[in-house]
Amino acid sequence: MKHIPSGGQWLLFMSLLALWGVVPVHAQSPGDTTFLSTLGELREADYSAKASIVERLGQGGHPSVRAVLTAFMEDRLYFRNGDQKVFIVKSADEDPLNLIDPLSLKDAGSAPADSLTKIDTNNGLRRTLRTTVAHFGLSSPEVAVRLAAVQDMLRSLDDATVALLRERMGVETDSSVKKEIATGLALAALDGSERQVRLDAIDTLSKSVSQDVRNRLALLSTKSSDGTFAESDVKVRQAAATAVQSIDHWRTFYSGIETLFFGLSLGSVLVLIAIGLAITFGVMGVINMAHGELMMLGAYTTFAVQSAMPGHIGISILVAIPAAFIVAGLTGVLMERTIIRFLYGRPLETLLATFGVSLILQQTVRSIFSANNRSVVTPDWMSGSLRLNDALSITYNRLYIVIFTVIVFSLILMVLKRTRIGLDIRAVSQNRAMAKAMGIRTEWVDAATFGLGSGIAGVAGVALSQLTNVGPNLGQSYIIDSFMVVVFGGVGNLWGSLIGGLSMGIVNELLEPFAGAVLAKIFVLVALILFIQTRPRGLFPQAGRAGEDK
Amino acid sequence: MKRKAFMTAWLLVAGIGLSSVAAAQDTIKVGVLHSLSGTMAISETTLKDTVLMMIDAQNKKGGVLGKKLQAVVVDPASDWPLFAEKAAQLLEKDKVAVTFGCWTSVSRKSVLPVFEKDNGLLFYPVQYEGEESSKNVIYTGAAPNQQAIPAVDYLMNEVKVKRWVLEGTDYVYPRTTNKILEAYLLAKGVAAADISINYTPFGFSDWQSRVAAIKKFGSAGKKTAVVSTINGDANVPFYKELGNQKISAEDIPVVAFSVGEEELSGLDAKPLVGHLAAWNYFESIKTPANTAFINQWHTFIKNPKRTTNDPMEATYIGFNLWVKAVEKAKSTDTEKVLAALVGTETPNLTGGIAKVLPNHHITKPVFIGEVKADGQFNVVWKSMGTVPGDAWSDFLPGSKDIDADWVTLKCGNYNRVTKKCSGQNYK
Repeated sequence: MKHIPSGGQWLLFMSLLALWGVVPVHAQSPGDTTFLSTLGELREADYSAKASIVERLGQGGHPSVRAVLTAFMEDRLYFRNGDQKVFIVKSADEDPLNLIDPLSLKDAGSAPADSLTKIDTNNGLRRTLRTTVAHFGLSSPEVAVRLAAVQDMLRSLDDATVALLRERMGVETDSSVKKEIATGLALAALDGSERQVRLDAIDTLSKSVSQDVRNRLALLSTKSSDGTFAESDVKVRQAAATAVQSIDHWRTFYSGIETLFFGLSLGSVLVLIAIGLAITFGVMGVINMAHGELMMLGAYTTFAVQSAMPGHIGISILVAIPAAFIVAGLTGVLMERTIIRFLYGRPLETLLATFGVSLILQQTVRSIFSANNRSVVTPDWMSGSLRLNDALSITYNRLYIVIFTVIVFSLILMVLKRTRIGLDIRAVSQNRAMAKAMGIRTEWVDAATFGLGSGIAGVAGVALSQLTNVGPNLGQSYIIDSFMVVVFGGVGNLWGSLIGGLSMGIVNELLEPFAGAVLAKIFVLVALILFIQTRPRGLFPQAGRAGEDK
Repeated sequence: MKRKAFMTAWLLVAGIGLSSVAAAQDTIKVGVLHSLSGTMAISETTLKDTVLMMIDAQNKKGGVLGKKLQAVVVDPASDWPLFAEKAAQLLEKDKVAVTFGCWTSVSRKSVLPVFEKDNGLLFYPVQYEGEESSKNVIYTGAAPNQQAIPAVDYLMNEVKVKRWVLEGTDYVYPRTTNKILEAYLLAKGVAAADISINYTPFGFSDWQSRVAAIKKFGSAGKKTAVVSTINGDANVPFYKELGNQKISAEDIPVVAFSVGEEELSGLDAKPLVGHLAAWNYFESIKTPANTAFINQWHTFIKNPKRTTNDPMEATYIGFNLWVKAVEKAKSTDTEKVLAALVGTETPNLTGGIAKVLPNHHITKPVFIGEVKADGQFNVVWKSMGTVPGDAWSDFLPGSKDIDADWVTLKCGNYNRVTKKCSGQNYK
């Protein structure tokens, strides 16, 4: 049974069986009986036996095989303990389980979860299942499904798969799917007997940037231990070597872009956690050791919002942004009104007092949410990655955070430069006495400024909840980084924080592949200390009167 | 009011100095040395509760040697030097007969000199890097040959892995374990170019370049696996990043030694599905003993959602071993109990037998599980029978000649080549 029915035969077979569906279920064909008994073997088999059963099922070509194997792959294939009958269940999370008959694919009532046993899978088996199921996806009307199917099939190319791909190539309309199939066919053609066919295949493959293709081509020109080459023809070997070079060239280029993006995304996180501090520390001159805990509050707000709207994970993140701003902002205003305003001009006392506040906040969330980390679910639109080509993918969560940082930064800049409150904030920070003389209520402005900085910290917390653990210690792990960015960029300068954060992120990511994560961080810190030694005011020192008396 | 009166009376008695005699006659003190605050509290509090549950159950059965057990709980607060102070307090002031405690290796190293000086008895319930055998410690967690080596064997033989990434957090357990694993892989004929070892700091969260590097390393056309000794918090962003960069367990499986049911209960397990963990116990293993244990735990902790995990089983085994040894020795004296302990057997929760070996480690079965979406594990491989714990790894040049035997050699690190016992050596 090496032969797999082709697409056309399939269609015929399916329609025939669709007709059969009209006939009462009792009339089991010999195909049904074999299918059921093969399925039954899954109950007792070990993983390698299961894999061969799956293969047999795939080749058997029963109309329900796709549904059954998909269910098996998704851990939804069970058997009833009472009569050992195999069933598909609608969802494995319910109790009682809703059963589906594997033959007719019709509802077969429900049963309590403990009266059924799941047929287990492991990684190897799921991989086999994925490739087998991929064969069925090839004729799906959706481009994405077809593309995924072809990609799954490329991972294990055999004669039957190649035949299927060749058939599909004739009817495929989408160019991206066509390109993938062409790669697959070219890979298969490398084993062809004619030189020209192999050369053509290499020509096609040299346009790819896929690592698998590269490995396959490199294999052609590697000498085996007995001195022979996998590819006997010198010319083909040369062509393969050139193709490998070209692919390597492109891959290096794309990995450079990838590293830059990594740096940009780490930089954005640094900027995001530092902007709030750039306002409270930079503009107001308050050393706020509780800045990290304000971020933590933002992260916990995200968790709380998510728990409050369990059905709408996707939107909950968006709702959490203003909620976190308000929660952290109000906490900030409260801190300013009750503690910090009594300590203006006494930086050491402020440092100690805010450190105390940070401990209080930590213990508060420990008491409310327990010391364990809380799990914030990543919405579907933020997980996965944007695949640009075989060599370059950009993860969505990082991409959104870069965009988010840009938005937050622009908004802050706009508030400070274009609004009345921004004008007040700048006036008070530049010359408090003069501002007061002009009729600005400096006390009110102080509270608003601190609230704004704290609110931004809360917003940063929402972003962090997508990247790291939401726990009572979240703030502590970021507070040092945020101070570093502000000091590096130049106290009192938002642009400085932006440039400082981004460049620190990029330098860190550039160093990491060579030096390792631990050393990279140390290098950045040492470099920063040396830099501060030569330019104590940071990258962009504040000019003018405020800068002088600081 | 009544309590106050009792306390006053007790204080009076204590003042006269009769209390210790009176207390010693009807109770046996059991020390519990687990952090109840600080970073390790999350993990260690569970073990404290397990010991209390076991003591409670034992007292209901009539105690040990006709005496009730009395727990003395101290909080070393995840502070390593404080562990030594609290251990001294337990041994010298409270005069406990036995102590159950410690989680991190550094805390164990911190209390070792105290237990050896005061001749105490410590049951250590966590998997660790080996390279140690103390007269005064019984190691009921896994040594590397009971967790790391079988996991690598599984990947090598069953999954046909040819290329290895050893990814760890930068501290003693991952570094020692990876040293052993590297030596083991090289001995098995894996080329040095096919092994990549990396360390990241505690609580690391920016995994993008590391995961990209793993992806690159794994795309050389050979089956690749990651052996993870990444600790605690850093795991969540690591697995998330793996998921985001579309590395599935089917392509590059990650086998972890520190991710268990308890760790998974605090996070969204979806990105981890299919990744592996190697332990000597899984909550999902169906045996009558395990079901009874889980029920007992749920009743004791009054929360049916709490999970059980491997170090809890190790605590359970340690406690039962101690009770049996005390009953065998008919005394709680450390020397007598230690003599009785070696060779003592008790059933574990997965249908096997845990036996104390002369090197003060125990026999344990090894299980490899795949993470399921509900945070539990699906066992995909188990060892034939139990594996005896090996204190000194056979794969490290410095330790392969060293034996630990507290019965015939009376030594924790006896060098077979120089025929010398270098005494208790903690460094």
